[in-house]
Amino acid sequence: MGNTLLQYATVLILSIFVGIEIIAKVPSILHTPLMSGSNAIHGVILVGAMIILGSATTSLETILGFVAVILATLNVVGGFVVTDRMLQMFQSKSPRTRVKKDEVTQ
Amino acid sequence: MSRGTLIDLLYLFAAFTFLLALKGLGSPKRARQGNMVAALGMLVAIVATFFRQENGQGLRHIPLMLLAMGIGTLVAVPAARFVQMTAMPQLVAIFNGVGGGAAALVSITEFIHIHSQKPATYVTLEVLLGVLIGTVSFSGSAIAYAKLQELMTGRPITYPGQQVINALFGIVSIGLIVTILISASTSLLWILLAVAFVLGIAFVLPIGGADVPVLISLLNSFTGLAVAASGFTLGSNLLIVAGTLVGASGILLTQMMSKAMGRSLANVLFSAFGSVVTASGEGAREDGRTVRSGSAEDIGVLLSYANKVVIVPGYGLAVAQAQHVVRELADELEAKGVEVFYAIHPVAGRMPGHMNVLLAEANIPYEKLKEMDEANPELQTADVALVVGANDTVNPAAKNDPSSPIYGMPIIDALAAENVVFLKRSMRPGFAGIENELLFDPKTVLLFGDAKDTLTKLVATVKNS
Repeated sequence: MGNTLLQYATVLILSIFVGIEIIAKVPSILHTPLMSGSNAIHGVILVGAMIILGSATTSLETILGFVAVILATLNVVGGFVVTDRMLQMFQSKSPRTRVKKDEVTQ
Repeated sequence: MSRGTLIDLLYLFAAFTFLLALKGLGSPKRARQGNMVAALGMLVAIVATFFRQENGQGLRHIPLMLLAMGIGTLVAVPAARFVQMTAMPQLVAIFNGVGGGAAALVSITEFIHIHSQKPATYVTLEVLLGVLIGTVSFSGSAIAYAKLQELMTGRPITYPGQQVINALFGIVSIGLIVTILISASTSLLWILLAVAFVLGIAFVLPIGGADVPVLISLLNSFTGLAVAASGFTLGSNLLIVAGTLVGASGILLTQMMSKAMGRSLANVLFSAFGSVVTASGEGAREDGRTVRSGSAEDIGVLLSYANKVVIVPGYGLAVAQAQHVVRELADELEAKGVEVFYAIHPVAGRMPGHMNVLLAEANIPYEKLKEMDEANPELQTADVALVVGANDTVNPAAKNDPSSPIYGMPIIDALAAENVVFLKRSMRPGFAGIENELLFDPKTVLLFGDAKDTLTKLVATVKNS
């Protein structure tokens, strides 16, 4: 039992460092998509919600699990869709291609 | 390979895609791809979970699970697709809150489930931390949502003895955790849940105005930690990795945001900043100084004959939905040979980088958006600084007036330009609730009205001059 805990603690500590390292390099203009993107990633709690609903034996557990799955789905789906919508706008259309399109339509 | 190992491998793949996504956010070009890769990884993890077996048994309640997922998707997709870009911060707040709520529920249910097996103390501790952090994130995000959506006042709400009462809630929570650890009582768990719920609300109430975005970032990080705690309880490396990544990066982001406002995180969270509105809101002040307002024609001419114009956008631009008109104005000016770019303050808008998203929405080329450090030297040689709906981010009091609440916050140095043009709805102060000296400067001309209307007028005059 102690070994498993130690293994999880190792994962935890390494993840902290990786998280900090990766974020330190993100430019401030992308902070909003970053907040929203990491928001979607913690939606992985859906996996946890599925596990608890899937092993629920009493009706109380079933109800709590059911609500947890709904909330977690909101988090995952909403998070990814919103982030994608934001990032879509960052796809810079270079001015040159835009001019070309205008020429074609004229 | 056993089924369990295969599922774990798929989880490892998912964790890897999350890392790729965060890494991808380092550049605007790869960011969208990264997000899609993470979404794919998430899908893989979810599908893999359906095939899990515990003690030779598959998951129960699969139809119920699919129903819950269906409900969640049906609500989330339209909300995420059709929300206004200006309402983005509250949407992120609400999605974050439900995530925290889910993490708390997962921890509670797992506790009830394993309660009869007398779990080890550290397992109970993980559960209790998950419940506490997840619930605080849930109720805190709900209040943050209400503030941003203007369902309640956006200003800090304070009452006498607030700090003491909040500290008491914190101490009671810790006391409850210790008691539950010793007694393993389920009924106390519900009390902890209630106390954590109130703690979340009490913690958020005194935080208002421009500080709410920092708060959301912090709550985002809380939810990540709650997810990591659930991961410990359930024994899932995937939840630990993803939750910790979000938790650690969220705390770093929160600090970066506080720094951008020139304040410490503790100051942001506990000082009830901006609760006193110090601005008079009148055109004339006690010392008799008045503001100078101009006509759209005058300003149009001023802009047309400038060599270099720096546009300083603020939240007012977004509220008026004027980002497209501002681009039209810039296009017209550029057609006349005027050099135009945008100076973006890190906390312009309601979230860091919010303004970039709004301007990108109007197809304003990414290269024209300059960050504060890059923009300020350029302002020295600019003929006109055109401030559209910004206020606190250009307030010179941040530099000159040690008694000002925003003293020390880095600002866009609009005053360095030859002329300052302010497009403003009224003399009302900005988000931080303080008066702006820049309005009274002799260099400054004001053009009152809705940003969209006044910009449209400017486009017309620039065209004709």
